[in-house]
Amino acid sequence: MNKRQNRFPVAAVPFLLWTVVFVAVPLLYILCMSFLKRAQTWGVVAEFSLDSYARMFTPTYLKVYAQSMWLAVLTTLFTLLIGYPFSYFVSRLPERRRSLVLLLVVVPFWTNSLVRIYGWMILLRSQGVINTLLIALGVIDTPLKLLYNFGAVLVGMIYALLPFMILSTYSAIEKLDPSLVEAARDLGAGRWRAFWTVTVPMTRAGIMAGCVLVFIPSVGLFFISDLLGGAKTMLLGNLIKNELLTARDWPMGAALSVVMMVMTLLVIGIYQKCSGERGLEGIL
Amino acid sequence: MAETILSLQNIHKTFGTAEALSGVSLEVEQGEFLTLLGPSGCGKTTTLRIIAGLESPDSGRVLLQGQDVTDWEPNRRNVNTVFQSYALFPHMNVAKNIGYGLRLKKTPKPEISRRVEEMLELVQLPGYGGRMPNQLSGGQRQRVAIARAIVNDPAVLLLDEPLGALDLQLRRQMQTELKALQKDLGITFIYITHDQEEALNMSDRIGIMNAGKILQLGTPDDVYERPQTRFAAEFIGQSNILHASVEQVCADGTLLLSFAGGRVKAAGTGHPGEKLVLSVRTERVRFGAESQYGFALPGTVKAHSYTGGMLRTTLLLPDGQELTVNGMGGGHSRAGVGESVQVYWNPACAVIVEREGTP
Repeated sequence: MNKRQNRFPVAAVPFLLWTVVFVAVPLLYILCMSFLKRAQTWGVVAEFSLDSYARMFTPTYLKVYAQSMWLAVLTTLFTLLIGYPFSYFVSRLPERRRSLVLLLVVVPFWTNSLVRIYGWMILLRSQGVINTLLIALGVIDTPLKLLYNFGAVLVGMIYALLPFMILSTYSAIEKLDPSLVEAARDLGAGRWRAFWTVTVPMTRAGIMAGCVLVFIPSVGLFFISDLLGGAKTMLLGNLIKNELLTARDWPMGAALSVVMMVMTLLVIGIYQKCSGERGLEGIL
Repeated sequence: MAETILSLQNIHKTFGTAEALSGVSLEVEQGEFLTLLGPSGCGKTTTLRIIAGLESPDSGRVLLQGQDVTDWEPNRRNVNTVFQSYALFPHMNVAKNIGYGLRLKKTPKPEISRRVEEMLELVQLPGYGGRMPNQLSGGQRQRVAIARAIVNDPAVLLLDEPLGALDLQLRRQMQTELKALQKDLGITFIYITHDQEEALNMSDRIGIMNAGKILQLGTPDDVYERPQTRFAAEFIGQSNILHASVEQVCADGTLLLSFAGGRVKAAGTGHPGEKLVLSVRTERVRFGAESQYGFALPGTVKAHSYTGGMLRTTLLLPDGQELTVNGMGGGHSRAGVGESVQVYWNPACAVIVEREGTP
């Protein structure tokens, strides 16, 4: 065998250290914390307990999970419905226009996402751009309640995560050999049949990657629902933040984090099953 | 002859500012093997795509089995294409690929599997139904692509340089197989290639294309022996292109022309003083002092080039022009470099490809 392969990979040491110190240790810390008891005033008591996990199954918490999942599913669905056709048409543009459009998709990343969500607040509030415009045009008399509801959070989520869907699906659609679609048409498939039997299966990896890249953050993003949802829409991310920072119930926050990680792993597992990818190469 | 199955009527097609086809007309007969031969960019692939419905012409009509299909979607046309890149569906196995068209027609499942097996037998790939396209060699993919197209029983099968990606050995074998397949099935083939040998070997008729036009359409023998344009003469085989002027019209219907300080003969019509461009195939030029045809052209041997089967000799003519002679190689005695020789040819082999005033 090749001797080189048996040598200790020196170049990997910094990365290994980084992973252990900043990923493995914190995760273990969270996992341990979730099995401890909350102290009366501050911090935790070093005593094994399943209290936090037991409390998770109360209706208040269950409602939050359900709402989080529902929002994540809707966000994924809408970004796919908007992003896939968008990517499809971009891939059919001439070369130079394509890179320009993709640049425009990425441009928002150059600004802080918090700032961009404040932008949405300006658009959506009662005296905001949309309401002012609609009243000026005489479409409505009184301002619509656009901000601080589930719809506003959904819009913000779709807005923030759409680029991930576009970039994932675009890279798959762009690689699709147009002659495959032509072959399907030639063999008797109408436009829709060719799309469903060739284009979609051939770009499935990109679709799955985009869904994972959108779904996972949309479970955990809390600032969007904080800003656009007011105090009404409570998501898993908000809940964790509140438990850790406001209620100072660290074991509870840790337990919720563990549950969220497990759910995320489940999603990745489903992704691997569906896309036939062994790792996450399709995403990266 | 058989009835016309496909006809193209004055097809024009422009991409941006580039004119791809400028007035292509073509009649294809039922059951024939027609090849469109031309250099890349001559418009042959565009012609094929217009027949398939993958491009629509700017003007002109496409008639298939007597019906005007110009505005029909590709899926409604009873033609199938074998793509240059094969375009097999990578996410389907061989059987699924071949059965794709049948599934779209809602053919019953047992019928599909029976037809797929039949096709696999036909293209000599029995038992390959479960393989994925990426597990096949180039030649095998080629066969699957053909099976996937002919299983739909098309009125016309379009083949876009189907053997282009194969090595020479396999190409030759597939040429023979394809030709045999076409004869057996009786399907009309429209075949595209830039390989003249392939075209001459397989076709019933060849259409020579250049710059968006069909320059000449005829049997392989016709287009090789009697090229009508200088392009056709130079694109297929090796020709000597001679600029000569008519001296007199002979009684036997040949022309006596002055060329390069000597006299040559050619078949055809003309009037004294007319300037003509002739094409003489290099292998039709014979060495000899006495010509049964009543002329002999003097020259000096400039160089020999030996290619095994053939010996190519370059002659220097009195006025400095060159003439190429292809003769049999092997043990023939040959004139040494610098020696004076004389050559002649059968006047029927000297074909007029251009006349003064016509480009």
